[in-house]
Amino acid sequence: MTTATGIRRAPPVGTVLRRYLPAVLIFIAGIALWEGIVIVFHIRTFLLPRPSRIASVFVDQFEVVVSAGWLTMRKAMVGFALGAAGGIGVALLTSRWPIVRDGVMPFAIAVNSTPIIALAPIMNNWFPITSVWPGATVVALIVFFPVMINMVRGLSEVSAGSLELLDSYGATPREVLVKVRIPHALPFVFSAFKVGTTLSVIAAVVSEYFGGSRATLGVYISQQAALFHFAETWAAIMVASFSGIVMYLAIVLVERSVIPWHASIRNVAGT
Amino acid sequence: MTTITAAVTIRGVEKVFNDGSPDRVEALGAIDLTIPPGEFVTLLGPSGCGKSTLLRIIGDLVQPSAGTVAVNGKEAPQARRDRDYGIVFQQATLYEWRSVLKNVELPLEIMGRSREDRERRARAMLDLVQLTEFERYFPFQLSGGMQQRVAIARALSFEPSILLMDEPFGALDEMTRERMQAELLRIWSQTGTTVIFVTHSIPEAVFLSSRVVVMSPRPGRIAGIVEIDLPQPRNDDTREHPRFYAKLTEVRETLRSVEPA
Repeated sequence: MTTATGIRRAPPVGTVLRRYLPAVLIFIAGIALWEGIVIVFHIRTFLLPRPSRIASVFVDQFEVVVSAGWLTMRKAMVGFALGAAGGIGVALLTSRWPIVRDGVMPFAIAVNSTPIIALAPIMNNWFPITSVWPGATVVALIVFFPVMINMVRGLSEVSAGSLELLDSYGATPREVLVKVRIPHALPFVFSAFKVGTTLSVIAAVVSEYFGGSRATLGVYISQQAALFHFAETWAAIMVASFSGIVMYLAIVLVERSVIPWHASIRNVAGT
Repeated sequence: MTTITAAVTIRGVEKVFNDGSPDRVEALGAIDLTIPPGEFVTLLGPSGCGKSTLLRIIGDLVQPSAGTVAVNGKEAPQARRDRDYGIVFQQATLYEWRSVLKNVELPLEIMGRSREDRERRARAMLDLVQLTEFERYFPFQLSGGMQQRVAIARALSFEPSILLMDEPFGALDEMTRERMQAELLRIWSQTGTTVIFVTHSIPEAVFLSSRVVVMSPRPGRIAGIVEIDLPQPRNDDTREHPRFYAKLTEVRETLRSVEPA
């Protein structure tokens, strides 16, 4: 797709191949090396299963691990949606009433640097343990703080000049918010979202280590590990990382369509 | 009233920053200045002479500590609400999420003009600054000079009676700068807007202005006003005009006269 301005122009296929080829080669080489090391050094399966064995277990256990993955990913997604919405909402309130910002930000920054995952057993106690809620609540808390903190920064760190210009046009505070502060905050919010997707899968899986429905990924991983079924454990970990990647890519896609100008700036900057 | 209302009348304007604290700064002391409509006036002086502060006071972005500013017969805050000011800063201050066209449209959008009207006006302005082909570009795709032309188009889009420019070409290279100066004079002669221009470049001040207000620092005061009666319209030949050098010297000497020995 091309436009007159060169924004969102898809690079030629050859360029794409050349760009991703090193990563693909390293992936294949890494897997081969893993397989080779396990065979050559006779490493026991319970220490490190061969990739080929993990793959065959994955195929055998496909339905179990994928449905467990789906349950866990649902927690991650529900929690992410709640946390992101809450973070955005509170950030908007702080923009309307700066006193809220001054009161809330120190605590937000403090809470954000504590291990929120440690709340998982408490959430298991607060909500029905087999429901989506204990995990989703931990995820929501973990996503909430970075989204809120980043959005507050994006809303407030607008250049003095751009505010003075809007003043000279006679803009109302609401117009300043909608036309300058929010668009300026979007790149900040999306970078928090990206961190949030990864964190939310981690939080969902780890919160299940403290108990939950047997059909979830975290419970499956901890039980299989306890039984020394490490190929099964690794297969489930694969599903977990896949969930994280899917959520991350989904955010990248949304980002490209919502703030194409920003994605293009990054491309020009080469980062 | 038989007299023509001045575009800007400044009476006894003073500005003190951090009053009552140890880092109190007397930025401006007792400024009187009258600017007739359609004039191109430059505020010239070294850093710290309060020229930008004076420009901001005229534009109601900073409040004076004493004195009055009348703009088109109104107080400055009223003039701001009436959108009498177009402002251009040293940084183009474009909104990076808006295309060139949308940046120029922004003031009109806030003024509630119809989409059709906005686009027509914005395109006319882009034509004026010769950026018609770039309307769909985004700011990051433009050079510094082009960005500054967009900023000028945007400042003029709603036909303000006064254009306030705070070192608008300060971040540009010398060649782009001279081209932009010529372009600004062309735009000025086509629109008849009053321009108040802040710079610390003596040749820029002499080339552009009908009057150069020379300011001295600590506190900022008007050291002298130099009339630049070089022929209009001005172009690159103006820079080689014998009287151009005479005017440069006159401005320079006015600046020196106030420097402590």
